[in-house]
Amino acid sequence: MFKKWFTSESTRRAALFEGQVTPDSSRCVQCGICTYNCPIAIDVRRHAWTGQPVTRSECLTCGDCVQRCPRGVLRFERSELGSPRKA
Amino acid sequence: MTRHLLIGSGVAAVAAAETIRKMDEQAVIELIAQDPAGYYSRPGLAYVLSGEVNEKMLFPFSADDFRRLGVRLHSARATRILPAQKMVELDGGSTRLAYDRLLIATGARAIRLNVPGADLEGVFKLDTMEDARRLIRAARPGRSAVVTGGGITALELAEGLAARQMNVHYVLRGERYWPGVLEESESRIVENHLQRMGIRLHHKQEVAEVLANRGKVGGVRLKSGEQIPCDLLAFAIGIEPQAELAREAGIQCDRGILVDAQMQTNLPGIYAAGDVAQVYDETTGQYVLDSLWPEAREQGRMAGRSMAGKAGAYHKTIPINVTRLAGLTTTIIGRVGKGHDADLLQIARGDSETWRQMPDTLMAQTGFEVNHLRLVLGADHILGALVMGDQRLSSPLQKIISRPVDIRPIRARLLEPGAPIADILADFWNELQTSSPTEG
Repeated sequence: MFKKWFTSESTRRAALFEGQVTPDSSRCVQCGICTYNCPIAIDVRRHAWTGQPVTRSECLTCGDCVQRCPRGVLRFERSELGSPRKA
Repeated sequence: MTRHLLIGSGVAAVAAAETIRKMDEQAVIELIAQDPAGYYSRPGLAYVLSGEVNEKMLFPFSADDFRRLGVRLHSARATRILPAQKMVELDGGSTRLAYDRLLIATGARAIRLNVPGADLEGVFKLDTMEDARRLIRAARPGRSAVVTGGGITALELAEGLAARQMNVHYVLRGERYWPGVLEESESRIVENHLQRMGIRLHHKQEVAEVLANRGKVGGVRLKSGEQIPCDLLAFAIGIEPQAELAREAGIQCDRGILVDAQMQTNLPGIYAAGDVAQVYDETTGQYVLDSLWPEAREQGRMAGRSMAGKAGAYHKTIPINVTRLAGLTTTIIGRVGKGHDADLLQIARGDSETWRQMPDTLMAQTGFEVNHLRLVLGADHILGALVMGDQRLSSPLQKIISRPVDIRPIRARLLEPGAPIADILADFWNELQTSSPTEG
């Protein structure tokens, strides 16, 4: 049980570290809940309008916007920056 | 220099303005904002009512954004379209604006409740920003509210008022919630959750009269004769396209304004998009109404493209909405329901007529009180899906249905009694991703 928890927790942390918030504009209704909940005031909603991932280095990848979006617009997607370097 | 005039300030008009500007830097773009609040997220009104977000957040564009886009805003009502002169009359004739291309994106409005007393102070709808403000001012903790109607908006009203600590009664004409879209078991899941929130349901009932107390709402009398004392009544019995301007100008209308694949009406140079437009659905061969934000945006984009003189054609996509029903996140995709809904006179907001066009075919479903999944299966493809609770399959199913993906490799397994359809689908999706990862 503990091992399972540990594995899922470490997977989650890896996702947060390596991921960038990526919108699916076809689901967004511009309600602004994502922007409202961003602790560093990134206008995530504008990213959802333009379809551009949040690539700003200030993004904490805390996941608040992803979790609070009531319509499943946002998800973490692996970014080039966070990928392990090739030898 | 082409003069583009857009009537309406919803997402269809804003998307058209953006698209025109991308294609023509010199064009004159004027937008008539008929709603005094301008451009805001109408679906977001529910989240303001529930207290999840504040009102200020619902405005995606600032005045600067419109300036940067080079859009001139007029806060006025368009009262007449004069196609022969290519003019639009504002506020009953005080001003006229000339156009070369005109977009009608006037949206839809709530159908009024037609019972004695419905004009009393304390009767509300949730159709505009002003409606939301008035309702929030009236929603006092510990007081009682009656909600009547169907679809997503009626639930948003019931849940929103419950979140504001009101004692909520939900009066339904039918035997269950949203029978045109949901299966009976799904309606029951929603109703059980509503009851757990403390909302009292009154099935097979109808508000016959709004009762006054010192000139304001004091209660309602139901058809059965039962009376419910309350401080406010909120209704959501459907919406209707605001097509009067177009009808009076001789533009061809059915329930909404009929448009072709370029979003043009029968009058050259006049276009329509969004909730007011009735568009051709290739999958069903019918002209249908939707009230969905992404569809309205896409239609606005196509209208803008056509107005700027660029080629293109709007192909109606499979309608999808992700919404919350009694706190349960629910994705509705494609053709999932059929049948009559006594609580709605037409579609509601966040709704699509296509969802009600489920063919006589096989269904596979699984799930319990919280996580529920239902698939409507055609011979080769999935035609519709409803995902309630766990949303991990929501996005894959949107793609499987929209593309559409040939599901014959898993169809027989999906139809086996007691089949673990979520697992079968997840494995199928993972295999698809592995074989063609770029299509994800």
